[in-house]
Amino acid sequence: MWYNTDYNLSDKIYFLLFTNEVAAIVLISCNEKDTQNIGYYIGQRVKAGDIILLYGDLGSGKTVLTRGIAKGAGVESRVTSPTFIIMNQYPGNCPIFHFDLYRLSDSEELYDLDFEDYLYGDGIAIVEWPEKMAELLPKEYLKVTINKLEDDDNKRIIKISSYGEKYESYKEVFKGYESTCR
Amino acid sequence: MAYFQNMKKKTELLKDKKDILILAIESSCDETSVALVRNGREVVSNVISSQIDIHKEYGGVVPEIASRKHVEVINYIVDKALSEANINLNELDAVAVTYGPGLVGALLVGVAMAKGLAFGLKVPLIGVHHIEGHISSNYIHNPDLEPPFLCLVVSGGHTMLVCVEDYCKYRLMGQTLDDAAGEAFDKIARVIGLGYPGGPAIERYAKDGDPTKYDYPRVNIKGKPYDFSFSGLKTAVINHVHNMKQAGEKVNINDIAASFQQAVVDVLVEKSINCANELGIDKLAIAGGVSANSLLKDQMNSLAGQHGIKLYTPSIILSTDNAAMIGSAAYYRLLRGEISDLSLNAIPYLSLSSLN
Repeated sequence: MWYNTDYNLSDKIYFLLFTNEVAAIVLISCNEKDTQNIGYYIGQRVKAGDIILLYGDLGSGKTVLTRGIAKGAGVESRVTSPTFIIMNQYPGNCPIFHFDLYRLSDSEELYDLDFEDYLYGDGIAIVEWPEKMAELLPKEYLKVTINKLEDDDNKRIIKISSYGEKYESYKEVFKGYESTCR
Repeated sequence: MAYFQNMKKKTELLKDKKDILILAIESSCDETSVALVRNGREVVSNVISSQIDIHKEYGGVVPEIASRKHVEVINYIVDKALSEANINLNELDAVAVTYGPGLVGALLVGVAMAKGLAFGLKVPLIGVHHIEGHISSNYIHNPDLEPPFLCLVVSGGHTMLVCVEDYCKYRLMGQTLDDAAGEAFDKIARVIGLGYPGGPAIERYAKDGDPTKYDYPRVNIKGKPYDFSFSGLKTAVINHVHNMKQAGEKVNINDIAASFQQAVVDVLVEKSINCANELGIDKLAIAGGVSANSLLKDQMNSLAGQHGIKLYTPSIILSTDNAAMIGSAAYYRLLRGEISDLSLNAIPYLSLSSLN
């Protein structure tokens, strides 16, 4: 796995990886609070109309990261898990649509939810379990992947990559993150 | 406008009527449900889409999360609720409906149906908060229950402690800061391979397990004694299972299920009893799907007993999403003259503070 390369935590926390298709920024999170801080950093920089797809296993911290993103985007109320209700909407600097597709059986159900209206609407759409989107996967989006580290239950590797021209500039925007990891 | 003024007058007259019959609709999430409730406590009929074989009887499909599917079955469910009760539309005194929180498309189906019925039948319309419905499910199953009491609402989508100070008067004491308790059950069941729905599966496997085998975290939040957090517990169990597998250890599903269930129940019981004691309230009710969990009921009952608190629980059918509970809540709103205008809209993220 490419992310198992050596990295020095005390050093600069982010680094850029260039794969064939996209450039990715990789950040290390030491704990839940740090994951939320990374989310906050992202949230301060994304704009209305952006789509963020969150990949990661159960318990990896997708909702925690979303809580940070929402906070960074001006949401005052606390973000809770939308698993049961599929979508939560929060008023922030622009509307924040927080989706969790975990419970969906197929992408057919997304049409009934007017999913695309939210995705391409006037707010920031954050989608957990985007694997369920299938053919509704947008052409352009910001992809955030959270992976656990093998040797530590608390640490996470958070990889941000851009798909499509629209998100190309975020590569530079996210580069300056200063980790709060100690 | 004319409708609302007329209904205000009509509502005043209804207060003196001996029997008040309300048709209630609930379509906030997966279920389409229609019920007829008399005087807030007596269920005349309560039809829930997943409880009937719609495919066989109607040729349609059981609604899941889709609003389109609610549309497909709602007329049928209304008819069935009326025919089961042997009641005519013109015998109804009011129409009630869940208007939030929930899925907006799903809610809208119920709200549109209720508005149409209320306007057409010239009867008052009552918009009901979904959580108020869950709390009211206890009025149906426990005819002697009267406020004030404390209610633990615990389901797949909600976990909160609400002080019911009077009918229609609520105080939120605490709620989950991340995952709902029922959601944690579903996710852990998936992780240890028990399938959906997770609650009954965990309970079944836990019966043959050792609840003291693993000491999973019971989370208390500083300065917020009645708030809940189950996300950390979820992650702890997932990590534990993962690490055991990595180390090549045999994973005992029964012990994990039992220890996990114990951790959830310990937190729910302790916070509920502490909260009741602090408020000086001697009545405690549980509502929502997780109230069907036997360990929760038994442990709550025994600790409540030690503290001189009486425990109330709804029947299993009333603990899930259903329209009868909405009809019960609506009755007490109607008695207070709190009815809705035809401008009533679905509010997907309706907060509990809007209850009062």
